Amino acid sequence: MMQVFTYLLLGFLVVCAVSVSLSKNLLNSILIFMSYSLVMSVIWILLESPDLAITEAAVGAGITSVLFFLTLKKIQAMIGSDREEKEGEEKDE
Amino acid sequence: MSKKLSPQEYEKTLSYRLGCWLSGSPDPFVGKLEMKPQQILQEDIEEQQQREEDREKLYERIYDIENNTEVRLFQKVYRVFCVVFCVVLVGLLLAAVSYLPTEGKGEKPVNNEVYERYVEKGLEETGAVNLVTGMILDYRAFDTLGESHVLFIATCTVLILLRVDPGKGKKKGEEENDRLYEPKNDIILQTAARVLVPLIIIFGIYIILGGHLGPGGGFSGGAVIGAGLILYLNAFGFAKTERFFTAKTYKIMSFSALACYALAKSYSFYTGANGIESVIPLGTPGAILSSGLILVLNICVGVVVSGTMYTFYVMFRKGGY
Repeated sequence: MMQVFTYLLLGFLVVCAVSVSLSKNLLNSILIFMSYSLVMSVIWILLESPDLAITEAAVGAGITSVLFFLTLKKIQAMIGSDREEKEGEEKDE
Repeated sequence: MSKKLSPQEYEKTLSYRLGCWLSGSPDPFVGKLEMKPQQILQEDIEEQQQREEDREKLYERIYDIENNTEVRLFQKVYRVFCVVFCVVLVGLLLAAVSYLPTEGKGEKPVNNEVYERYVEKGLEETGAVNLVTGMILDYRAFDTLGESHVLFIATCTVLILLRVDPGKGKKKGEEENDRLYEPKNDIILQTAARVLVPLIIIFGIYIILGGHLGPGGGFSGGAVIGAGLILYLNAFGFAKTERFFTAKTYKIMSFSALACYALAKSYSFYTGANGIESVIPLGTPGAILSSGLILVLNICVGVVVSGTMYTFYVMFRKGGY
């Protein structure tokens, strides 16, 4: 049973890794990258290295993605963000 | 005999300029070199239209694939090259994997006397129940010191690249800009943060302090604390976090942590290299105050990492504290 679960997670990793590079929307890519890190931390626990699992969950799924989000917002690539809407309203006026 | 220089010649020497720089006198090039501030592009409507038309024409000429044979050729070659490159790379990597020794074979390079020593004598020599921490903070503490410094240098680089000079933002749009950085007062986020942030930070401290007893250690605990701080900042804004965490706090924290690490570790290097018995007791394995220097080093690494994570976030978001 555990074996099947591990293979499922590994397959999910491969799917994530491929779809990050194929996704057109940058926000989607980041979300997929985040879920990749989360699944990776589960796999670290299955491989009996909880040290790495904690680090992977905190750094990979937490801080790296937050920094990516911020960068996206800075370069105004987040579609539908507040700022864009605001600017659009100003232009209409 | 040193040669006596005339005042004009002395002003040209490196030592004079270094002295000037140290005493804080202004840059001698200011006023002599031509320095113009960057100006906003101003152009008529006609010029602007002309420019945009030119640009569109240029794009049309470039992407006119039916007539532009070079682009067509390039696109075909590019696709073929992409596929060939991927196939070759995958093949090479798979071939390299097939040369690896199989799992559990005796002559694998991993199976040497080093790991036997770690497993058999690790608990006795380092006093840490968690062997991983014993390895990274005792046997290989020098590597970890380098890693902490890499983090510190990374923060310095981010500071150099992203820091916004606080004196130059005093224009009319400052208030408006400042609101972009500040989050809206979201009640859901604030309520969740009020519950979660203390738990996250306590969990991080637990990971750091229990690094030598169970899974965890300075890096992971520091990252967890940094994430908690970022959540707090997002919920309540800069006004609240700046009461306890500013650039000065970060400087003092990371400097003292790195210095403490370096001093503590140079003591054990000194005693180890000269064969002196270290006075730091290893304690009983399993107790919180055990395993010699590992607890102190864990706290140092945790402080550096949490400060670094938080500073990264602040620099990316606002460009300064």
